[in-house]
Amino acid sequence: MIPPAFDYARPESVEEAVRALAQAGEEAKVLAGGQSLLPLLRLRLAFPELVVDVGRIPQLRGVREDGDSLVIGAMTTHHDVIRDPLVRRHAGLLAQATATVADPAVRHRGTLGGSLAHADPAGDLPAVVLALDAELVAAGPAGRRTIPAREFFLDYLQSALSPDELLVEVRVPKTDGWSFHYEKFHRVAQAWAIVGVAALVRRENGQIVEARVGLTNMGATPLRAAAAEQALTGAGDPQAVARAAEAAAEGTRPAQDVSASPEYRGHLARVLTRRAVLTATGMG
Amino acid sequence: MTDQAVEREVGRSRLRKEDARLITGQTNWTDNIQVAGLLHLAILRSPMAHARIERIDVSPALERPGVVAAFSGADLAEGLGSLPCAWPVTEDIVLPDHPPVAVDEVRYAGDPVAVVVARDRYAAADALEAIEVDYDPLPPVLDLEAALAEDAPLVHADKGTNRCYTWPLATGESFESVRQRAEVIVKRRYHQQRLIPNAMEPRAVVVTPLAASGEYTVYSSTQIPHILRIMLSVVTGVPEHKLRVIAPDVGGGFGSKLQVYGEEALALAVARRIGRPVKWTESRSEGYLATHHGRGMIQDVEVAATREGRLLGLKVDLIADMGAYLMLVTPGIPILGAFMYPAIYKMDAYDFTCTGVFTTRTPTDAYRGAGRPEATFAIERIMDELAVELGLDPVEVRRRNWIRHEEFPYTSVAGLTYDTGNYEAATEKALALFGYDDLRAEQHKRNERGDPVRLGIGVSTYTEMCGLAPSRVLRDLRYAAGGWEAASIRMLPTGKVEVVTGTSPHGQSHVTCWSQIAADVLGVPFEDVEVLHGDTKAAPQGMDTYGSRSLVVGGSAVHRAAEKVVEKARKVAAHLLEASAQDLEFTGGVFSVKGSPEARKSIQEVAFETFSSHDLPDGMEPTINAEHLVDPENFSYPHGTHLCAVEVDTETGRTSIRSYVCVDDVGRVVNPMIVEGQVHGGLAQGIAQALYEEAVYDDEGNLVSGTMADYLVPSAADLPDFVTDRTETPAASNPLGVKGVGEAGTIASTPAVVNAVVDALRPLGVHDVRMPCTPERVWRAVRSATAGEEASP
Repeated sequence: MIPPAFDYARPESVEEAVRALAQAGEEAKVLAGGQSLLPLLRLRLAFPELVVDVGRIPQLRGVREDGDSLVIGAMTTHHDVIRDPLVRRHAGLLAQATATVADPAVRHRGTLGGSLAHADPAGDLPAVVLALDAELVAAGPAGRRTIPAREFFLDYLQSALSPDELLVEVRVPKTDGWSFHYEKFHRVAQAWAIVGVAALVRRENGQIVEARVGLTNMGATPLRAAAAEQALTGAGDPQAVARAAEAAAEGTRPAQDVSASPEYRGHLARVLTRRAVLTATGMG
Repeated sequence: MTDQAVEREVGRSRLRKEDARLITGQTNWTDNIQVAGLLHLAILRSPMAHARIERIDVSPALERPGVVAAFSGADLAEGLGSLPCAWPVTEDIVLPDHPPVAVDEVRYAGDPVAVVVARDRYAAADALEAIEVDYDPLPPVLDLEAALAEDAPLVHADKGTNRCYTWPLATGESFESVRQRAEVIVKRRYHQQRLIPNAMEPRAVVVTPLAASGEYTVYSSTQIPHILRIMLSVVTGVPEHKLRVIAPDVGGGFGSKLQVYGEEALALAVARRIGRPVKWTESRSEGYLATHHGRGMIQDVEVAATREGRLLGLKVDLIADMGAYLMLVTPGIPILGAFMYPAIYKMDAYDFTCTGVFTTRTPTDAYRGAGRPEATFAIERIMDELAVELGLDPVEVRRRNWIRHEEFPYTSVAGLTYDTGNYEAATEKALALFGYDDLRAEQHKRNERGDPVRLGIGVSTYTEMCGLAPSRVLRDLRYAAGGWEAASIRMLPTGKVEVVTGTSPHGQSHVTCWSQIAADVLGVPFEDVEVLHGDTKAAPQGMDTYGSRSLVVGGSAVHRAAEKVVEKARKVAAHLLEASAQDLEFTGGVFSVKGSPEARKSIQEVAFETFSSHDLPDGMEPTINAEHLVDPENFSYPHGTHLCAVEVDTETGRTSIRSYVCVDDVGRVVNPMIVEGQVHGGLAQGIAQALYEEAVYDDEGNLVSGTMADYLVPSAADLPDFVTDRTETPAASNPLGVKGVGEAGTIASTPAVVNAVVDALRPLGVHDVRMPCTPERVWRAVRSATAGEEASP
């Protein structure tokens, strides 16, 4: 399809970008890789008056260490996240899950920040940063604020960013010593997950002492499988993990769509949670 | 030059001449065509499956910036006739009017209702939003069986019925009589889901008018420039000799561009009306609504057999979804399949009926295989069921029924005469490559230990009728045109060669293959041959490309035309060498006098001598160019055996293809690499039907799988490494011995995969899974079966 007409701005600094957003009010959209925005424009499902392309702001790209956290610029592409040595060492779950996003063309254009700000529960990375207990840093006219991932995803395609705010970085606590696995279930390689499970577990003496489970596409927002996380604590063998995973879909309200029913999604959440934890821990 | 020095072109894996332009995109896609003053069309489409148009006002669109004109269906009705159906399969077929732009009623979501012409594509798309249309909804017609009920809402109220036609074929003994003596009866219902063709290049059309002379050039991304020219003339009234149709480079079709589309007629009508060149390019999601779909059938199949597993008869009742209108060959698609249900098997009775039904969905028409994949699926699925019923291995039950190689030529129960074939050889080779016995052993072990990941093995044999088609057969089937093909060869003064073909390639590599054929006959280098196609001015005669016909019919025409050139050149050479024509040998492109090898003339030298015409035989027409038209005497019948091993995760329902082996017999092979490419692509599309693709509609008749995010086309990442091999039993019906390969992979792979999925799940009590075998469907089938319920696929 053909997108509707819009104005286009290409700021060269965060401040300039925030000014552009503030001026446009509700009518602006940030272009941060465009892998979701452009299809929305072309299908005429979005009608922004202004598109603010933040692709030429160098400060928004790259990964650095800050104490116990990694700080990932919002405009770091999926491709760069996957290859980054710091991410691979300290946030392996993010690297592994990002490698499952769509296809190589999308991964070269799409960005971490763009994917999170889009707040699509079917996207892989929202559930992953939720499981990682990451924090998202937004810049607005009044300065910067830090939003915990748990408070960032409000509803379907709706984040805690206000229209004049720009997501600038993602702070990911290092998970050295944690085991992890992202289990994605999709029908063809480039398709969205029907369900995805991001599992992080910390073990002592063979027993799980802490588990975090993020769920992709199990509701209007990415979710944590709180009941399963709790049940996993103390699990030390595959049977215990399997029992705990039975709680994975508790409290979720997954959608009915052309690729799956809510019932089947619930079933998958349980199976995939078990598999993700078993794979992460090497118990399986 | 000795014989040994001449390397034959036919049989060599030549890299494609087409590659440089197609792979780099430095080529002539229709959408790349720019002409001065070009205007752009955009089409407003119905958002509803079925409604009366109460009011339509296009005038607000005229107020929008850049808009030059806007038309409703009524505005265009004058000078724009109904779109054609060239295959009215029965005398009493219901043939509804099909205006390119709806006038008072829309009959599928996507039916055009208005057109905007603007200075650029963006302005045209924006202006569509200003058009005002009031719709009064009518009930959608979606269920094929319910549509046939007495009181069903009607797609075409004026016709009084949704039944388009009923086409019967009963051959051999009566099915009733064989049913009486049968020891085993197996009856099943299968569903052929609707598919969306997905050519890589969307459709596009450009029309440039020359007002002074009333001439029009139509560029279109079409498979059928010649047929399109005739039909556009009929629909628009522009005289045929004032129309030139060009299919520039065309990026795939799979049957979806074997069509005369409303947009083509309407671009011509608009260009004529406003006297300016216009372009229309389809977007992908627009194409999902507006380009015809494929398949869409319910198949009730019944086989009667003896306890020993010998087939006695086959009964097939089809209900075929026509969609809202009959397009070029819509009604004929199931009829192309009608002759293929008996497949490679011998039997005494065959009873076939097809009922075509109108629904409020996008029209259906040819899609890769066109009727033959559906037929092969049904027979190959039910042969597996018969094997289970009899406790036989599925390969064995096929072996007991297929035509043995020494029985060819063999007239099938459906009345086709298969010229050649060797099903034993292809099957033995496939079984060996596949490691059939080892896989069966592994499957047994896994079943024994109750492995949650089951192994399934699927087999499918097939034959197909290709090389469309003997013109008299087409007459008997009530198809409007013939099935011949034309080629001409021009020997240029510098020794280069132009082959002009009436086929219209859109990915099939005709330029390369026709060069190989001509180079062999003429004895000229491959590089010296160019192939002209797809332009009614450059290649005025042709019947275009579909139905795996191009090589069989068009390639044969090239071969024969080249032979004629050699014979003409022989006369000139004999004259120049002062010898008699009978005393000349022709090897490696050189005429020499038997016994005096120093007296020689190459055919390329003869071409120049003919051009100068200074010294030709008395009375000879000064040309060695030649033309040949072939009307095939029979169809060609490729065949093969495909084997697929799948692993089915019974917990999630996911099917993964572990290995895939196919041995195809497509007769003599011109270019093995290209054949392999055709097979790979065909397998991908057939596997896609088995596991991934489906056009899904909601209860209101909206296409839910309306983008590639929801209509899942698999990529290389989702497919296994294919093991492809061949046997080579030359066709007897054409000089090249070729059979065609464009559709083979699509035809055999779908049942091979579904048979494998069902084979994996049978120990759990599952006997069918509806296509596509999605993970959820498989999971539900397993759950129902293991819960002891009736399996509900």
